[in-house]
Amino acid sequence: MFRNNYDNDSVTFSPQGRIFQVEYASEAVKQGSVVVGIVSKTHSVLAAIKRNAEELSSYQKKIITIDSHYGIALAGLASDARVLSNFMKQQSLASRLTYDRAIPLSEITSRIADRAQTNTQQYGRRPYGVGLLIAGVDAKGPHLFEFQPSGVTQEMIACGIGARSQMARTYLERHLDDFAACGREDLIKHALRALKESLSQDKELTVDNTSVGVAGIGENFVHYEGQDIAQWLDATFENREEDDSSSDDAMETDS
Amino acid sequence: MNHLPQAWGRPRDEVYGAYDHSHFQNAGPNQHTQQPIVTGTSVIAAKFKDGVVIAADNLASYGSLARFTDVKRLRKFNSEVVVGFGGDVSDMQYLDRLLNSLDIRENYSSTDTPLNAKNLHTYLAKVMYKRRSDFNPLWNHLLIAGLDGESKPFLASADLLGTTFSAPTLATGFGAHLAQPILRRTLPDEASVANVNKEDAVKLIKECMKVLFYRDARSLDKYSIAIITKEGVELKENEKLENQSWAFAETIRGYGTQVN
Repeated sequence: MFRNNYDNDSVTFSPQGRIFQVEYASEAVKQGSVVVGIVSKTHSVLAAIKRNAEELSSYQKKIITIDSHYGIALAGLASDARVLSNFMKQQSLASRLTYDRAIPLSEITSRIADRAQTNTQQYGRRPYGVGLLIAGVDAKGPHLFEFQPSGVTQEMIACGIGARSQMARTYLERHLDDFAACGREDLIKHALRALKESLSQDKELTVDNTSVGVAGIGENFVHYEGQDIAQWLDATFENREEDDSSSDDAMETDS
Repeated sequence: MNHLPQAWGRPRDEVYGAYDHSHFQNAGPNQHTQQPIVTGTSVIAAKFKDGVVIAADNLASYGSLARFTDVKRLRKFNSEVVVGFGGDVSDMQYLDRLLNSLDIRENYSSTDTPLNAKNLHTYLAKVMYKRRSDFNPLWNHLLIAGLDGESKPFLASADLLGTTFSAPTLATGFGAHLAQPILRRTLPDEASVANVNKEDAVKLIKECMKVLFYRDARSLDKYSIAIITKEGVELKENEKLENQSWAFAETIRGYGTQVN
């Protein structure tokens, strides 16, 4: 029987030069629900689909505010993201206390990248099973960074990670040239449309399952959920068919 | 042979004789700085509309002895920050090494946002307060001059207790008594900074350095002066006081050499 001998730990290369544990960790990211991030010259936006384990339960948190100037969106193991976000919160606070400086996003990104890389090179450890989008504004303007469990980080103009995120990325690639000049509202609309692309046919963006985070120059990172995003959903998808109207008719015939 | 762990790595008793264990502990209490030894006197600084001027003389005194006459007490941190040191010179040299290592650390990190004067002032104030809380203070009074995050002039002080203070003009040591009132005549408040240009500010600071040389017995006529603007730091470390006039000395009893 075929058995892979090179995936027992994250420190052993396969003869083909691959580290299977790290690749498996990247698969965990693809299990998570989709998150999207975009930057313009003035703003950076995160948008995410939240999942609930069952109808009766609450939705899993997808966007976490780290410091007043930035936040993260996660895809993959939420508990690993919590560990990373706690570390990021601590580092951000330390920067504010000792230097009175909002930590630069490139700096905090490389710090979590170093941590994640260490996990791929030490015996008895496992890679983080989570991908992050880090978005916000620092002294050098708005930024978006992508973080992967392998410890790879990249600065992005637009990015989507998580389940079926390819559809979102296709949308983002198609509109790539528009983003730089976008204002706050337009950028949020783009993010929501990209999110919608990767949704399966029978699903829709609602105030319950959508999460949005926005930061801008001279504007703190704000996390919007629930009724706060209703206006954007209405404005973005104004021409979608109303299922409610048909059910209203049915109600009337009944009575 | 003794195989017990406490003997590992130690000279063998049968070869070198019994080990003198008193080498392992330092006898007596920890020794902390109780007083400064070699000291620098005043540092003075003033904001103007485009930046900050800061100056300090090149003397390090050993008590009342003018021991070292070429000690540079202004330190350029980067293209927008200069730190001026008053007080103990050895502690100044320690802080200099600390700032060096901080600078190297900052340059190795991927970011291209250098620490500005406000960042550095916060950091140094924390260092000073930490050391005083250890009952081992760094015996200095620092002035941090430069530009803040919005490229506006920034000037603030931190002392050996970790106390911070900010004003359009600042002076440490003797300068706090002798130069500060003169500086305040031109720069009474934050609003007045906009009316002072670079030339006026430099002239004002040079005038104060002269007054300090007249009246502070631990001062020198050789000094360093730095001007920090958006264009960068202009640091001159071998300036000489000009146009001195000691005529006033004759009229003051007990000041100069008087016969009766």
